[in-house]
Amino acid sequence: MRRSHAPIFWLLFGAGGMLAALLGIALVFVTGVAVPLGWLLPGDALAYPRMLAFAQNGIGKLLLFAVISLFAWHAAHRLLCTLHDFGIHKGLAAKSLFYGAALLLTLVVGWNLLALGF
Amino acid sequence: MSAKRPYVRPMQGWWKRDPYFISYMWRETTALAVALYAVVLAVGVVRLAQGEAAWNGWLAALKSPLSVLLHLVLLAAMVVHAKSWFEIMPKTMPAMQMGGKRVEASTITRAGWAATAVATLLVLGLAWGW
Repeated sequence: MRRSHAPIFWLLFGAGGMLAALLGIALVFVTGVAVPLGWLLPGDALAYPRMLAFAQNGIGKLLLFAVISLFAWHAAHRLLCTLHDFGIHKGLAAKSLFYGAALLLTLVVGWNLLALGF
Repeated sequence: MSAKRPYVRPMQGWWKRDPYFISYMWRETTALAVALYAVVLAVGVVRLAQGEAAWNGWLAALKSPLSVLLHLVLLAAMVVHAKSWFEIMPKTMPAMQMGGKRVEASTITRAGWAATAVATLLVLGLAWGW
């Protein structure tokens, strides 16, 4: 019998869901609300030199890559399952579209993080 | 009922039938927020790699009222996601034993929220400039 590839997608889904539950609230608050409105945090919290240094640091790079790509894989898997609830069968076309989008985002982020250097 | 066309219960709009199903659908739409935020961050990484001017453009875009409004919605969705994630966690993880007793579901949920609280403080501290 051919092995199922479902556990791979399930693992990515689970890891992304856990990361989103742990970090999602804080990250959205910092990047989308606090810094743009100048609340609570110093105005230069996301300034270019700081973020460049963060993205060039090995741990910072890994964190950015893990958060963005796993969020994407989590959402792709879950949206694919939700399609079923709306009566759309998750066939090869739907799977290719959703997992393909997550893969594309992963590659784009990975490539740019490497291009940023160490 | 003919044999050729058996009765099939219509499923169209099934989730509108019950408030529980509607809350289930709300929970599932938080995946859309996670996807959207992944795209926002990915654009940020691309802009960062393009240099200072591009990065400042991304920061300026985040300051627009529409973006702040969107992120407030995303923030609410992230809270719903974390809440449902930690409520489901006791059911999806293998049963945990402690001192010969099975760990209560509510304890696991609370531990999840505690971990989120610690992670949130770490992110805020990092942004603050530790």
